[in-house]
Amino acid sequence: MKRFKALAMAGVLALSLVLTACGSNTGSGSTGNSGSSGNAGTAASSSGELIKVGVVNNPPSESGYREANVNDMEAVFSEANGYELKTFYSLKNDEQLQAAQGFITEGVDYLLISAAETTGWDEVLTKAQEAGIKVFLFDRMIDVDESLYEAAVVSDMAKEGDTAVQWLLDQKLDVYNVVHIQGAMGSDAQIGRTGALDAQFQSGAMNLVVQQTATWDEAEAKKIVESVINSNEDFNVIYAENDGMAKGAVAALDEAGITHGVNGKVIVMGFDCNSWALRELLAGNWNYDGQCSPFQAQIISDIIQGKRTIDSKIIINEEKGFDAATITQADIDTYGLGE
Amino acid sequence: MANSKKKFLSGGLGQLTIPVVAIVLLVIFNLIRDPSFFGVGILHNNDGNIVLSGNLITIINGASELAILAMGMTLVTAACGGQDISVGAAAAIAGSVFVKILKSSPQIGGGKVLLAFICACIVAMIFGSFNGTLVAIFKIQPMIATLILYTCGRSIAYWINGGATPTVNSPIITAIGSFIPGIPVPTPVLIVIAMAIVFKLLFKFTSLELFTQSVGINGSAARLNGINSTFIKLLTFIILGVCVAVAGSIGVSRLGLINHETLLLDVEMDTILAVAIGGNNLGGGKFKIGGSIIGAYVIQTLTITLYAMKVSSTDVKAYKAIVIILLVVIGSPVVKQKFGKFMSKFLENRSGKVMKGAA
Amino acid sequence: MQNEVLLQMSHIEKRFPGVLALNGVDFTLRRGEIHALMGENGAGKSTLIKVLTGVYQMDGGQITVEGESISIHSPQDAQNNGISTVYQEITLCPNLTVAENMFIGREDGAWIKHRSYEKRADEILMELGIPARSTQQLGDCSLAIQQMVAIARAVDMKCKVLILDEPTSSLDDKEVNMLFKLMRDLKAQGVGIIFVTHFLEQVYEVSDRITVLRNGELVGEYLTEDLPQVELVAKMIGKDLDELNNLGENEEKEVKQQEVFYEARGLSSSDAMPFDFSIRKGEVNGFTGLLGSGRSESVRAIFGADKVNGGDVRINGKNVKITRPIDAMKNGIGYLAEDRKRDGIIAELSVRENIILALQVMNGLFKPISRSESEAFADEYIKVLNIKTASRETPVGSLSGGNQQKVILARWLLTHPDYLILDEPPRGIDVGTKLEIQKLVLKLAEDGVSVTFISSEVEEMLRTCSRLIVMRDRHIVGELKGADLNQTQVMKTIAGGETKDGEF
Repeated sequence: MKRFKALAMAGVLALSLVLTACGSNTGSGSTGNSGSSGNAGTAASSSGELIKVGVVNNPPSESGYREANVNDMEAVFSEANGYELKTFYSLKNDEQLQAAQGFITEGVDYLLISAAETTGWDEVLTKAQEAGIKVFLFDRMIDVDESLYEAAVVSDMAKEGDTAVQWLLDQKLDVYNVVHIQGAMGSDAQIGRTGALDAQFQSGAMNLVVQQTATWDEAEAKKIVESVINSNEDFNVIYAENDGMAKGAVAALDEAGITHGVNGKVIVMGFDCNSWALRELLAGNWNYDGQCSPFQAQIISDIIQGKRTIDSKIIINEEKGFDAATITQADIDTYGLGE
Repeated sequence: MANSKKKFLSGGLGQLTIPVVAIVLLVIFNLIRDPSFFGVGILHNNDGNIVLSGNLITIINGASELAILAMGMTLVTAACGGQDISVGAAAAIAGSVFVKILKSSPQIGGGKVLLAFICACIVAMIFGSFNGTLVAIFKIQPMIATLILYTCGRSIAYWINGGATPTVNSPIITAIGSFIPGIPVPTPVLIVIAMAIVFKLLFKFTSLELFTQSVGINGSAARLNGINSTFIKLLTFIILGVCVAVAGSIGVSRLGLINHETLLLDVEMDTILAVAIGGNNLGGGKFKIGGSIIGAYVIQTLTITLYAMKVSSTDVKAYKAIVIILLVVIGSPVVKQKFGKFMSKFLENRSGKVMKGAA
Repeated sequence: MQNEVLLQMSHIEKRFPGVLALNGVDFTLRRGEIHALMGENGAGKSTLIKVLTGVYQMDGGQITVEGESISIHSPQDAQNNGISTVYQEITLCPNLTVAENMFIGREDGAWIKHRSYEKRADEILMELGIPARSTQQLGDCSLAIQQMVAIARAVDMKCKVLILDEPTSSLDDKEVNMLFKLMRDLKAQGVGIIFVTHFLEQVYEVSDRITVLRNGELVGEYLTEDLPQVELVAKMIGKDLDELNNLGENEEKEVKQQEVFYEARGLSSSDAMPFDFSIRKGEVNGFTGLLGSGRSESVRAIFGADKVNGGDVRINGKNVKITRPIDAMKNGIGYLAEDRKRDGIIAELSVRENIILALQVMNGLFKPISRSESEAFADEYIKVLNIKTASRETPVGSLSGGNQQKVILARWLLTHPDYLILDEPPRGIDVGTKLEIQKLVLKLAEDGVSVTFISSEVEEMLRTCSRLIVMRDRHIVGELKGADLNQTQVMKTIAGGETKDGEF
């Protein structure tokens, strides 16, 4: 997925420019409320001073995760909640750096960053600090000194894996024969979600039938599972590192007449909590779906408004795992990504 | 007999020698490795239909999109002497349009699926003619011209449905992507057969084959014989557009889901390889669609073989590359010529010895 | 100075499989002279040049430069011996600067710093009076300047012998004059220049001496002032003037006074100057002139083969617009191109497919000729034209030149044209085939088909045509018929001096 991104840079550049324009427009609907900037006067200040927040993020086209993330930011930092939001989306680090610089010059109160790359941010963050702008990192860490940001709200992928594997162990199966479908090798999500399971294979608590990367590709996942079925190997767990690949795996099971889900022969596990995936859980077709929460905005907002104190600079976003046995429609409405 | 043998060895199958030999070798290799590799089973799937299963079915089924794209790519290659590298991205666009129409209202009926497919076709043909215009009218190298859509195609696909991975659930979509109740053969395989027949009829009832080859072999002569080579080149891209729409729609129907990032990811390279393995000259000219189809199955057999051998799928690409380099080198004119010379000498020597022996 | 021998090539022999391309040719170049090398295509000019520049290895003979015997095995050898060539097509890199082009790929230029070689390039350009700056991108210069930069490059490599192969073919008059000035300057500096061209006037304008080759043999070396144009043409074509005169007046060919089929006024294309032309039904006429005289370009304009710029065309008295080959074909015109390989055959396709191609194009995309029908057509014409091929499915590229030509002829005959244009290649067809084709042309004419015929063999044209249009330097300079239709008159008209309209 990332690899394609690299290739797609040029094309997405155009896209992100358009999106930036859109984002800025929607975000800065009431420019000028905050006094000093020259072209004031269009909007009336009904709720006092708005808090100016600049968000530097990846474009929503990156993934379903990112789209939910972007929507969440826009929903939480709304005018109704007392914010004036400026946004910039790009997959390119240098463009992100420039945009951050721009936000500092414009004089935002808070700068929120999900960086394309972990390096190169020292200078900009130092400038922000000098200008008295408070910086929050979300979703992704940056290689800078802790003192340069207020807090980082991130997911712990390894914890997602641990939660999932613990759930699996709690099922108390007689034997665990696992087909493990990995995401693009080297990505954070893949490394985190693979780690916990690998530990089980090493300890002998679970048997590895096949471990293959489908590079987040649904169709590839289906082929991998078909290949396992065709070689008549026995397995009772499919651990796919995202929902799409789990769906591909299930399609292969369906075609081969192998039952799955609640009361089925094979346990199906996925990640990301797409709404459609949670519905599969509710229908009993799958067994488990691990959350990778894109919802960091509320935590940051709470800190800004003093409703939450910072105990540690790194705040792990709490992430759930859903079980087919206990999931409800309300969970889907709350936590499901997409429609 | 010596004569016929000679003819066979020096390419009695002509253009198809390499792909046929490759697929035979792969089959033999697999049979030695695992005699039951190609065993076909019959079972009930989870929808209660009787279906065929096994590696053979997986291979033929899995290669469907590739085979369909290879058919269109063969024509573009023949006429333009270059390849369209945007087929994967264009298929993502077509697939997104397909899903967009399907999701426009809650009910999904046969008519709506047809409408969705037609819309996907139209959109893919428009993008095809965009590529075709760059190549035929502005004379841009095909690979460069299609690089544009290759780069931005998946972003366009994103715009159509927004982010996430929209899903469609309908028995009709399952029937297209998987099995039609009562028919044990996977539907994509039937679609490949239908497309092959469409191409066959296209060549029978139009002179497209002759014109395409003429334009590809000798553009200058084709022009002096009154062929509008611009139109022919454009047409091949539009036909490829239809193939892209079909492949994209199959890809979406298989899982009832569109992921604009991964739908038919990297398929363009496999498609071009299928055309090359099929013995077609990538520089344009004479072509055999059949060769490209076999080429697609060669690639898929190779992939599934490697999966069955539990080769890590990151390594699969490397192994594939090695085998493909071998095939393409063996199929190159230089090697063919040398091999032909060697064989004729070898046969001469042998028949000479046999004659001596008889005397 | 002009008497000092610079380059001496003696008894040069060069064999190609089955052909003796050069048979004991002598050539002498003196210091400070411009020496024109003349001959029709296939005479051996380019072979001789390629031997001299090391592209080909000679099979016999000797080359001396300034009295010293040298051996040339590669273009590098030639350069080291002071022999430089500027080809017809510019072989420089248009995206580099003038200076870079002058120094690229030269041993002595490899390590020179940018500044210093730009300075040196400017000096040379100034010295030779070439209006270009060293820092200019070559592609931005006109073709003439590019040509001159190529010459400057050669001159700076201390060349003694400069070979100019068709340098003027893509230049306009002004540019030609610039080039000639440069050539004269170099001549004054003592460089020996070998000048290869098709333009007779230019030879007489600039050269001191002429060497004529024919069929790989030396015809002779002449001082330009001693050799009238008519005689030069006769020597190139291979007929002694007296002998030509003796052939006498041809009997007037019978011309059926029928209505005009095709008529063009002021027709011009990207490659052909405006001209008027008409042909009657059943008439066989010819375009003649030396190669490069514009004869092919004119008939290509009739067919719409090149970009047509203007002119009124009428067919059967009706105004028609012919801008593309398909327009001409729909109006009943067929055209066998001069360059068979480039413009005629589709080499990898079968004889059958090649034969039906034009008819199929006229039928259109959606009315394919059925397999059985096309096989019948192919068999018919293979028989009628006696095409020697293993089968109708044999790729046409594997046939001999003459048989390829017949396949293309079959292709056009199959369209049943009202007007057929045969632009015959100068080489590659055996005499037998030529005769067969001529007979066929006459038979077609009897059936009312108009034919325009182009051949480098004047005799052939005289046998078949009732009217000859003579071209020189891209203009029609005469139209011969009746009593004028004889070799002498043709030669005279080709050579000029008797221009019809007094244009020259």
